[in-house]
Amino acid sequence: MPIPKPEEMAKIDYRPPSEGWMDTKPEFREGTHCHASGEKWLKMLDYPFPRTWSTYEEDWKLPKNWKDIFLVGLKDRLNKYRSLRLFFDICVRCGACADKCQFFIGGGDPKNMPVLRAELLRSLYRRYNTTAGKILGSKLTGGRELNEDVIKELYYYLYQCSECRRCSAFCPYGIDMADLTILGRELLSSIGLNIEWAMASVGSCFKLGSHIGATPHAFKDMLEFFADECEVITGIRPKVPVNEKGHEILFIMPSGDYFADPGTYNCMGYLLLFEYLGLDYTISTHAAEGGNFGYFISHEMGKRLNSKFYGEAKRLGVKWILGGECGHMWRVINQYMDTWNGPADFLEEPVSPITGTKFENAKSTKMVHICEFTADLIKHGKLKLDTSRNDHFILTFHDSCNPSRAMGLFEEPRYIINNVLPPGHFYEMPENTIREKNFCCGSGSGFNGDDYLEIRLRGGYPRANAVRHVVNKYGVNHVGMICAIDRAVFPPLLDYWVPGCDLTGIHELVGNALVFPGERERVVDLRKRPLKGKEKEAEKFLEEIE
Amino acid sequence: MGIFTFHYYVSLFAVIVLVFIPLLGVTAGLQVIFGIIIPYVAVFIFFAGMVYRVIVWARTPVPFRIPTTTGQQKSLPWIKRSLKDRLDNPFTTWEAVGRMILEVLLFRSLFRNLRSSLIKEPEFPEGKRIIYWSSKWLWLGAIVFHYSFLIILIRHLWLFTEPVPSFVRLIEHIDSLFQLYVPAVYISGIALLAALTYLLLRRMIDPKLRYISLFADYFPLFLLLGIGISGVLMRYFFKVDMVAVKELTIGLASFHPTIPKEHIGLMFYVHLFLVSSFFAYFPFTKLAHMAGIFMSMTRNMANNNRAVRHINPWNYPVRVKTYMDQENDWRPHMAKFGLPLEISVEEAKEMGPEKLEEKAKEHEKFYANSGKRDSTVFPETEFLRKQTEKEE
Repeated sequence: MPIPKPEEMAKIDYRPPSEGWMDTKPEFREGTHCHASGEKWLKMLDYPFPRTWSTYEEDWKLPKNWKDIFLVGLKDRLNKYRSLRLFFDICVRCGACADKCQFFIGGGDPKNMPVLRAELLRSLYRRYNTTAGKILGSKLTGGRELNEDVIKELYYYLYQCSECRRCSAFCPYGIDMADLTILGRELLSSIGLNIEWAMASVGSCFKLGSHIGATPHAFKDMLEFFADECEVITGIRPKVPVNEKGHEILFIMPSGDYFADPGTYNCMGYLLLFEYLGLDYTISTHAAEGGNFGYFISHEMGKRLNSKFYGEAKRLGVKWILGGECGHMWRVINQYMDTWNGPADFLEEPVSPITGTKFENAKSTKMVHICEFTADLIKHGKLKLDTSRNDHFILTFHDSCNPSRAMGLFEEPRYIINNVLPPGHFYEMPENTIREKNFCCGSGSGFNGDDYLEIRLRGGYPRANAVRHVVNKYGVNHVGMICAIDRAVFPPLLDYWVPGCDLTGIHELVGNALVFPGERERVVDLRKRPLKGKEKEAEKFLEEIE
Repeated sequence: MGIFTFHYYVSLFAVIVLVFIPLLGVTAGLQVIFGIIIPYVAVFIFFAGMVYRVIVWARTPVPFRIPTTTGQQKSLPWIKRSLKDRLDNPFTTWEAVGRMILEVLLFRSLFRNLRSSLIKEPEFPEGKRIIYWSSKWLWLGAIVFHYSFLIILIRHLWLFTEPVPSFVRLIEHIDSLFQLYVPAVYISGIALLAALTYLLLRRMIDPKLRYISLFADYFPLFLLLGIGISGVLMRYFFKVDMVAVKELTIGLASFHPTIPKEHIGLMFYVHLFLVSSFFAYFPFTKLAHMAGIFMSMTRNMANNNRAVRHINPWNYPVRVKTYMDQENDWRPHMAKFGLPLEISVEEAKEMGPEKLEEKAKEHEKFYANSGKRDSTVFPETEFLRKQTEKEE
């Protein structure tokens, strides 16, 4: 089924169907759900019940005692996570969260109201784990029997929650749908139900080092290529220290930054910045992935992938870790890493070798966000920046879900933006769509596969609609973002809703603006697009390098 | 689906039944049961139930520190954090306490509420624009409901105290400032009924809410409306003997319960029975959010995860891969691309696969806090998995 046109997609009916929600079933059609994970990845990860199955078939080939496994797993988690038990118990179904979810706003499916998404699981809790549910039966208490249809529904809707936590910000009790989604997905994993896109990424990351499945030498080769590109454009060739022991800092970035445009320009920005500073750092081929699709599958898998951060920091003997621009990577670092895989007592409290700033907010985890690091450099006047090289950017900034609502990283990237762009080149989107109220790109938490495009475009609609507003009003031509999934999924999203609008990472802008001593006169930006006022020189330059 | 759903009808019916039970019982002369035994049992269930709920929650660990942050984090010293930032994204315990106070007393998060709507926009290619209205009605309804309920509760203390504390008298005085009617009309009573009506109508009229509403949502609203209406009826219309009422309530409070000789009036027993039902129903339902909100980890924890390590009491070892696994897989290629190696290609050849495997295991030392290369996957259901795999 082809993707509907924007004007069709924007006809959204928010009225729920006439029959009750327990009587409706999701329709598994192309574009609206994530495909089943093949057995290859599950075997690679020693994950339960690897087998070939399809969401389009009636029989999902569940293991014989799937019901026992699911219910034992549910009970186990009720005793391990206060969040699960508490959030099941105290929700009053006030509905404040209902129209906060981008999948509901962009699609109108009532089961995408966070409250109802939670009820899908909560109804099982009521039936199997509360006295009233066990005695009174189902209908009155809002409980229901666990059967294969329920499992299919959970699969469909738990993979229509991008774990962005926007609902949690508005919930009077702070109920965190993301946490419920992760735990629900864990239960599905335990009976062998996983999505292909996420499991392929997780398997590749576990076995090879990154979600994209680059081998260590291919990874090194890509970085060398970016260094070559930097040299062509700036005349400076940054060092690419990989797997070297005895450096001060381990730098970890999401694979999106070296895999595809425009993330790659962001990677060039990092390399140039570190070269400019003469930073004593290294990159690891084993911990080559900052992102963590494992976290989208289960807490356990998240911990497994994340273990490489400290493992490699220890092996390489660094003092602290610096992390690139990525969204969920930073939720994991900020809220889980130290608890999972710490204590990082073999590392030192991070201190910027350039400014001497102690990053006291990271003194236990020992990992610093590159926006914190760079903002500090700019504040101390350590970077010579020529903002005119970003004159062709009219920017708006998309706050990514996880740095917003699992961290609160709002001012650091904005401070950098305001220092690398000429004055008057930065415009905010409407206030109810930014910062803690930001909208997800619609593809977070493992959804960036093309099997899922329709729902991604629907989920990304509220964000794209706000971008459209600033494009029309201020002539914005780029959306800035500090998340690698964003950089991977915004191109199709913007092409669909806001064609002509481009996107950029923040350190790409830094790389453009950095003035090196002894560099060649820059006539193009890191994407080899002519700088404003240098069009003729750029044309000549591009001919030369052909 | 019409305005009136199955859950709506059952709830309404249940409350009507609850009204008739004391009418029948007291007419049959069971004053002791409805005036003494049931209230005692209900209050006991309330307290015991709430303590039980809180203990169960408190005994369940909080494995991760997952505050939902809605303000600027504390990072570099020169990045200013306003008071709003500090309360919406607390870094210290005191800031977290401040956040909780705002949440519990002022319903801070609900105050943030927005309503989204899709409107026509000819200037956008798809012809639509999503706008977000400030929407404080639910917040207002909730605040009015909770505070009027609290004031009514405090006002009722006069029934259980002798002499009546001055603050109870003061609240009663303020609450009845508008002397439009004799006896004085309490503002809190009107506010409570108005708020309850709003909360009920909202559930009935908004199709989204109607779709998700259960017995457990309608029933407490009807029950509270029943309590409010019976209270109003008793005060203004079917007057009851207040001296006798106080004799009974003081008796209950001092644990010397007696049923007064004078006839109190049936409406009082209806009111008392509905209140008892409410107390007994409270702990085991969503109403327990009263205590639960204090334990919500997305609100009551400081976002200082990177500065102070949070401990997960059941943090179990997971299956890891070590760097040496990677090197073993790709050594010759890595050498060719100039990557530094732990074991050179020649050395590796000499060592052979078994020794290399040993080396990979040795590298587990770098993952000492995480797990091992052969740790169990999904340990909690491993036994069931093994069982099935054996059978298949």
